[in-house]
Amino acid sequence: MNAKYLPLLATIVVFSALFITGGILYNNFFSTLVLGDILADNAFIIIAAIGTTFVILSGGIDLSIGSMIGFVGVVMANLDVVGWHPLASAGMMLCFGLAFGALQGLIIDFCEIQPFIVTLAGLFLLRGSCFMINLDSVPIRHPFVASFAEASIPLPGGGFLASSAIVMLIALAAAIVMAHFTRFGANIYAIGGDRVSAALMGVPMRRTTVSIYALGGFYSALGGVIYALYTSSGYPLAGTGNELSAIASVVLGGTVLTGGVGMVAGTLFGGMILGLIATLINFNGSLNGAWIMISGGVLLFLFIVMQRSLLSSFRLRGVG
Amino acid sequence: MWPLIALAVILAVDGFISPGFFHVRVVEGRLFGNVIDILYRAMPTALVALGMAIVIGTKGIDLSVGSVIAIVGAVITWRIHAGDPHFVILLIALGVGILCGLWNGFLVAVLDIQPIIATLILMVSGRGIGLMINLLYGGTNPSFTSPLLQGLSVGHIGLIPTRLILGAAIFGALWLLIRRTALGLFLESVGGNSAAADLAGINARLIKFAAYLICALCAAWAGVVLAADTHTSDPVSVGLYIELDAILAVVIGGGSLAGGRIYLGMTVLGALVIQALTTSILTSGLPPEYNLVVKAVVVIIVLLLQSENLRNALYARLGGRKR
Repeated sequence: MNAKYLPLLATIVVFSALFITGGILYNNFFSTLVLGDILADNAFIIIAAIGTTFVILSGGIDLSIGSMIGFVGVVMANLDVVGWHPLASAGMMLCFGLAFGALQGLIIDFCEIQPFIVTLAGLFLLRGSCFMINLDSVPIRHPFVASFAEASIPLPGGGFLASSAIVMLIALAAAIVMAHFTRFGANIYAIGGDRVSAALMGVPMRRTTVSIYALGGFYSALGGVIYALYTSSGYPLAGTGNELSAIASVVLGGTVLTGGVGMVAGTLFGGMILGLIATLINFNGSLNGAWIMISGGVLLFLFIVMQRSLLSSFRLRGVG
Repeated sequence: MWPLIALAVILAVDGFISPGFFHVRVVEGRLFGNVIDILYRAMPTALVALGMAIVIGTKGIDLSVGSVIAIVGAVITWRIHAGDPHFVILLIALGVGILCGLWNGFLVAVLDIQPIIATLILMVSGRGIGLMINLLYGGTNPSFTSPLLQGLSVGHIGLIPTRLILGAAIFGALWLLIRRTALGLFLESVGGNSAAADLAGINARLIKFAAYLICALCAAWAGVVLAADTHTSDPVSVGLYIELDAILAVVIGGGSLAGGRIYLGMTVLGALVIQALTTSILTSGLPPEYNLVVKAVVVIIVLLLQSENLRNALYARLGGRKR
């Protein structure tokens, strides 16, 4: 088997192990109902994390995700008040996400400022714009939102695949095609592997960098749209700290933060692992939110150490 | 240069908008006024930023400072409830900082994990640890009173707030450590090129360890100040986003995330720019909701001005000579 699939495999093994543990510990845990719930609850963060996977594969980082999720919701809710159809406002916000991401990418590449700082400014700008628009939670009352939330495909075993999960899976499929079957995808891996060599080999640096961050912005805007539809409201504090969950999902999914190594599909399982931990803690009942944070940190640590040992064994054999 | 200009512009605008901005008077035996307020409120961020500047100088980054502040606050409150002498609690708080610094240093220097991810681990779990400590003796946001701690934070010696005196002392100590011993040179050479520094006989691991240790200690002291400020342990929100403000302060001060340079004075100026902005928005009568947007815009402008590529492009566009 190709060594590059090992981190992905490890992620899937951890996910299955956690899921089976839950099934042994609690009645009714091992069901498509629980699985469908995890998918639906975490769809928005997994979507945003998929976009981040591209950014991280290229060796960059995007901190503006959480604010983008909040901003998209706030704008959609306010457009709903003045009578826009949610689909129209969603379309507009997706374009906005694309443009905002592209602008960030352009500043990163042209002004040679670190992605961390540029997207940090993006975080402040978008979150601040939320506060400027309004400070309260605004409901989205359009009937489309209710029908979107109710739409689902029944799964065998009594579970449901919610519409948000379906959107997420489509977004994931598109991302897998882009990352692994197009020249753009190959360019991302090349830049992440070694910027200088990639530039010398003729990878169009500016166009690729701008596209990567545009894609990241688009996916986090899509995550925001799904979140707004799922919660049928826009709240200026929504998505606070989600950039960390998204980055953690990517890392748990086997993508290496230095760039160039990883699989888009891993992010799905990385996000599911985080969701599964939260669900396990909910099932337990006696544990509290503090455990979610601590176990998240412990898992991150274990995964990173595992990745390091895997990567160093690749290097020894001259593969990675 | 740029941070000084930015600070001057912000203060000039303030003086223009509200004529009494620079007025400093003595109220209840202490200095009082907007300028003092900026210094007073900027102190924790500036302190964290100083530690951050040193870590960034070694080409690292420390995202966990906010969590260190949360853990320190929780431990202080816990030990006060347990009845320890308050002087011992101060030492315990610094000990917590040392532990956190050793953990980060271990991940970065020994396990060789990328700093942003290594410190993300403590950042993600640290606030959870703080919450767990609170739960040790019940209570969600337990409060405390401690004349010693509050004296160090909100008290004043003569006319001057104690935290400013202590902050200046810490700055002086760090400056001596970085600029008057070889440590600063070692830190910057590790940041410039870790492998080359190693070959030149510098123990790069040890130096990185030292950087994360200093940074966590600075954060721990900021944690003492902030905990004493609010009299409570509130791990979820204390020092939230302080790592971002600290990193911004370093970058506004001219530090590069690529490492190799430590500017302590400029970093403090960067922190003052950030706080001056916040204070001026509040005093200018703009709604506080505008705070983040104005901050983002100013940061972007300062960053763009520092970008040589953009300056060259602007020169070329304006018909000036290209450097």
